[in-house]
Amino acid sequence: MTALDMSVRIGSLVMPNPLMAASGCFGYGLEYEDVVDLSTLGGVVSKGLFLAERQGHKPERIAETPSGMLNAIGLQGIGVHRFISEKLPLLRERKARTIVNICGTTLDEYVEVARILSDAEGVDALEINISCPNIKEGGIQFGCSLDGTFSVVSAIRKVTTLPVIPKLTPNVTSPASFARAAEDAGADAISLVNTFLAMAIDVEQRKPKLSNVVGGLSGPAIRPIAVRMVWECRQEVKIPIVGMGGIMDHRDVLEFMIAGANAVQVGTANFVDPFIWAKLLDGLTDYMQRHQITRLADLVGALDTTSPAKAHA
Amino acid sequence: MPPVDVRATVISNVRLSRDYNVLTIAAPEVGALTEPGQFVMLKTTDASDPMLRRPFSVFEVLRDDLGTVRAISILNKRAGRTTGLIYGLEAGDPVWCLGPLGLPFNPPSSGAAWMVAGGVGLAPFATLAEALVALQVPTTLFYGARTADELYYLEFFDRLGVTLVLTTEDGGAGVQGRVTGPLEESLKGLGGPNLVTIYACGPEPMLAAVARLAERYGQPSEVSMERTMGCGLGGCYSCVVPVKHADGETRYVRSCIGGPVFDGATVVWE
Ligand SMILES: Cc1cc2nc3c(=O)[nH]c(=O)nc-3n(C[C@H](O)[C@H](O)[C@H](O)COP(=O)(O)OP(=O)(O)OC[C@H]3O[C@@H](n4cnc5c(N)ncnc54)[C@H](O)[C@@H]3O)c2cc1C
Ligand SMILES: Cc1cc2nc3c(=O)[nH]c(=O)nc-3n(C[C@H](O)[C@H](O)[C@H](O)COP(=O)(O)O)c2cc1C
Ligand code: FES
Repeated sequence: MTALDMSVRIGSLVMPNPLMAASGCFGYGLEYEDVVDLSTLGGVVSKGLFLAERQGHKPERIAETPSGMLNAIGLQGIGVHRFISEKLPLLRERKARTIVNICGTTLDEYVEVARILSDAEGVDALEINISCPNIKEGGIQFGCSLDGTFSVVSAIRKVTTLPVIPKLTPNVTSPASFARAAEDAGADAISLVNTFLAMAIDVEQRKPKLSNVVGGLSGPAIRPIAVRMVWECRQEVKIPIVGMGGIMDHRDVLEFMIAGANAVQVGTANFVDPFIWAKLLDGLTDYMQRHQITRLADLVGALDTTSPAKAHA
Repeated sequence: MPPVDVRATVISNVRLSRDYNVLTIAAPEVGALTEPGQFVMLKTTDASDPMLRRPFSVFEVLRDDLGTVRAISILNKRAGRTTGLIYGLEAGDPVWCLGPLGLPFNPPSSGAAWMVAGGVGLAPFATLAEALVALQVPTTLFYGARTADELYYLEFFDRLGVTLVLTTEDGGAGVQGRVTGPLEESLKGLGGPNLVTIYACGPEPMLAAVARLAERYGQPSEVSMERTMGCGLGGCYSCVVPVKHADGETRYVRSCIGGPVFDGATVVWE
């Protein structure tokens, strides 16, 4: 049996496999060092970071919904400077490939955070969060306008040589047009989807389940929509796509890749099973062996639409 | 110690009332590592609805005659979906159990230990009482419930030599009213500060009242906070408690890794 190649390249970021921990679902990575060897993941995406420390929203911050969950954390975080001094050295020691999810309330803040991180040692890529549905100012405003997306990505492109990966929102009619704007602005890849704006109500109390009233939906409930969006983006852009939304097992990873994703992120599933990473790798290995695939990358966009799958194959 | 995740089998499920049950599961790997005050994240299905695990204190760590850990138990109170499913489990059913998680209680540096439990807040005190008794710390349990038949495991604590002070809201057993009533009486009777360490678990208003009383009478307190938890490992930031830090600033701390046990004097009560 020849060695199986699962590697993925996004600009200068080279990952041994396509499995990345999604932002906001893995702390700063170090929280999980006892349960998983961080160097075995394709990459670790940090919690969203602003320039300054943030406290986030009051509890309740999450609520479970059918096959999914709502969150409105409000981007509680330690800010970029403490991240660089307290977390980055340890992530380097653990040989984690570190992708920093960056936020801003203004264009200048995004650029400043990107610039500071570019000067720090041990950052492997920047994921530009223009898609968080849970904060009023900034972020999503850029992510919901084609001009906004273009201007944030091109401004960050000018101040960094790190791979730039804008993270797109699904809360627009056509994510593919945003993928195009991102590619035109010089993005090295795009990631999608962030969470779907949603809400849940306690009918006995007639109150929202979240203190922020609305929040973002994640988990398997959103997967079919996310897969469709990745597939649409694949037809619009050439750059690598990092797909996510409700991945719970290795078949879901493959679904995103066949739809056109070069790599994937796993968020909510890590809450359900923090030991999921080795199981995903085992599942991918088994699939490659059964299908005699030596390069996982060959599956990217391999969807055959000439006819539907046989229902009783 | 890193937590472990086991697909454990239900050994028994004893319904204590219409709402309470004690679920015993074969998770010796978890039990062997557990310290008093730590918790586990449980799930009764590997399907995606319900999807997230729920946090539960480890109630008992059960050993065989040779002292080898065989199982753990959970004192469960029905509150919603998963607690309802746990109430209905039968011997042989699977349960996914991740743990132990969180920071445990700290034994008193000196003096006696007073445990204060409200309702299902009794859960972390069985293992704490055993540990305190083993350390020869004089231990009292102030335990409040709605009615007399919702006061559980009294014999267990009695057999350990724990002094029991009981309250019920309807006066059916012990003192009528809230558990903080007799607690304050006892605090008044103390000769000075730092003579007892108070441990509390129960509804948040009770925890706030206990922490304030402890402070007023100069006794240290540790409170076990209940928050909605998505992961139990510090990944999601759902479970935060506002805590006053040494620099005077109040910051949200993730209670799954910075708790669930907090110094009662540092929690900012809302
Ligand atoms: C560290 C820690 C330790 C804990 N230890 C224990 C323990 O030892 N034993 C224990 O029993 N609990 C314990 N809890 C609380 C327990 O985790 C919650 O009760 C549980 O998560 C509720 O999950 P659920 O799926 O049953 O409720 P969900 O369906 O998720 O509902 C969440 C909340 O909504 C409300 N709710 C939902 N449905 C109903 C309904 N039908 N009627 C009324 N209210 C409703 C309730 O307030 C409920 O708590 C602990 C919590 C923490 C943080
Ligand atoms: C609790 C929680 C916090 C999140 N925080 C962030 C964040 O800080 N930045 C970000 O870009 N996405 C954040 N997300 C979105 C996830 O990274 C991911 O895009 C989304 O959850 C879909 O993937 P999943 O279904 O695998 O969780 C968060 C999601 C959850 C559930
Ligand atoms: S429960 Fe997820 S951070 Fe505490």
